[in-house]
Amino acid sequence: MNYLKKFYYGDIPEDKGGSNELKDSSKVSSSGGASDWPLWEVFIRSKQGLDHKHAGSLHAADAQMAIENARDVYTRRMEGVSIWVVESKYIHASNPDEAKSLYEPAEDKIYRHPTFYDLPDEVKHM
Amino acid sequence: MPLQDLEKIFQDKIDAEIKIEPKDWMPEAYRKTNIRQISQHAHSEIVGMLPEGNWITRAPSLKRKAILLAKVQDEAGHGLYLYSAAETLGTSREQTINDLHSGKAKYSSIFNYPTLTWADIGAIGWLVDGAAILNQVMLCRTSYGPYARAMVRICKEESFHQRQGFEILWVLSKGTREQKAMCQDAINRWWWPSLMMFGPHDSESTNSEQSMLWKIKRKSNDELRQNFVDMIAEQVKVLGMKLPDDKLKWNEQTRHYDFGEINWDEFWNVVKGNGPCNKERLEARKKAWEEGKWVREAAAAYAEKRKPQTPKGALEAA
Repeated sequence: MNYLKKFYYGDIPEDKGGSNELKDSSKVSSSGGASDWPLWEVFIRSKQGLDHKHAGSLHAADAQMAIENARDVYTRRMEGVSIWVVESKYIHASNPDEAKSLYEPAEDKIYRHPTFYDLPDEVKHM
Repeated sequence: MPLQDLEKIFQDKIDAEIKIEPKDWMPEAYRKTNIRQISQHAHSEIVGMLPEGNWITRAPSLKRKAILLAKVQDEAGHGLYLYSAAETLGTSREQTINDLHSGKAKYSSIFNYPTLTWADIGAIGWLVDGAAILNQVMLCRTSYGPYARAMVRICKEESFHQRQGFEILWVLSKGTREQKAMCQDAINRWWWPSLMMFGPHDSESTNSEQSMLWKIKRKSNDELRQNFVDMIAEQVKVLGMKLPDDKLKWNEQTRHYDFGEINWDEFWNVVKGNGPCNKERLEARKKAWEEGKWVREAAAAYAEKRKPQTPKGALEAA
C-alpha cells in the first residue's frame, strides 16, 4: 500500500527515488558494535524560579554524557540554567486510551473554579 | 473498538486541530508516512552539514568562521531533534541511520550540489535555508505533536541562518568586480536547485490529498514555491543582482511573479542518485560513522565500567 504519492522537501518515496536499497537490510552493519545507546528524556529549567520542562530526548552512554549532550543539543542559546535527564525507560505515563475515565472525576466540579461564585459588584478584587 | 471507530476518532481530532501524540492510536499509514518524512527531514539536516562544512576552514575571517561553525552545529542539533521525533513513532535510531547509509532513505537533493566558492555559503543561507524555512514554518502546525514541536524549535534558530547568508552576499555585492561576479555566479547556480526543493508540480502527484487530510502538510508544493519566488524576487533587487530566469516577471493580474519552468530531468536525475555529489555525500556520512565507531565503543565501555556507582550530581536534581 502506498498512501502518500506526493512528496515534499526531504520526503522522496522509494518507488520514485530510484532507491538502491539493499534487499537484505541486515547486510548493512550498524558497525557500532552494540546497538543504540540508551534513550534519555531531557528536562530544562530555563531560569531560576521556573519548573523544569520537557525539552526532548537524546541518546547517551551514561547520565553524565546525557547532560553534556543535552547542553549541546538543547541549550545552544542559553535556554537553560539547569538540566535533568532520566532514562526514558523509567518514565511511567498514563494511557491516553483511558483518559476519559481517568479525568472524569474532575468533569462535574465546576465549583472548584472561582468564576462559579456570584458575588455582589461592590466586592472588587476577590 | 472497531477500526472504523478508531479511524473516526483519529480524524475528528485532526479536524479539530488536536495534535496527535506518540501514544495515541493512529492509522499505520499515518505512522509510516510520518516516520519517512521526519527521518528524511532529519537526514537532510545531517547531510546538509557537509556542503557548508567544506568552507569552515576556508572562511574569509574569524568572524565568518565562528558564524559558520555555529550554523553547522545548529544543523546537527536540528537533525537530532528530528531523529528523536521519528523515534517516538517506534523506529530505532540505528535503523534510521542504516536506512540513510543503505540508500533506502532519501535526503533533500539540494545537498548533492557542490559549494565551489565562498559566495555559495551566502547563497545556501539565503536561498536554500530560505526555501527550507517556508516549508518548516508550515510544518510548525503539522498534526503530529513531536514533529511540530521540533519544527518550532528549528524555526526559531533558522532565521539567523538565512540572515547571515544574505549578509554574506550583500557584503560581496558591494565589493570588487570579482566579488560581485562571484555573488552573481553563486545565485545563478543555486537558484534553480532551490526551486526544486519544493518538489514536483501539484498536478504531477496523484492521491495527494491524504497528507493534507491528515494535516501533515498544509500547503501544496506549488503554493510554497510561489511564496518563495515572490519573496526572493524582491530581495534580489536589494543585492543589485539578477535571478537567472528570463521569464521572471511581476504579473499584475495574479499579484505574483511568473517564472520559468524547472528542468525536471535534472531534478529526477539528482533524486535518483546522479547529482554532482550524491556519492561523495553518502560516502562522507558512512566514513564518519565508521571512523566514529571506536568513540561509540569506548563510551559504552566507560559507561559499563562506571555502572555500579551513582553518577555524581545526577541525583541532586531540583
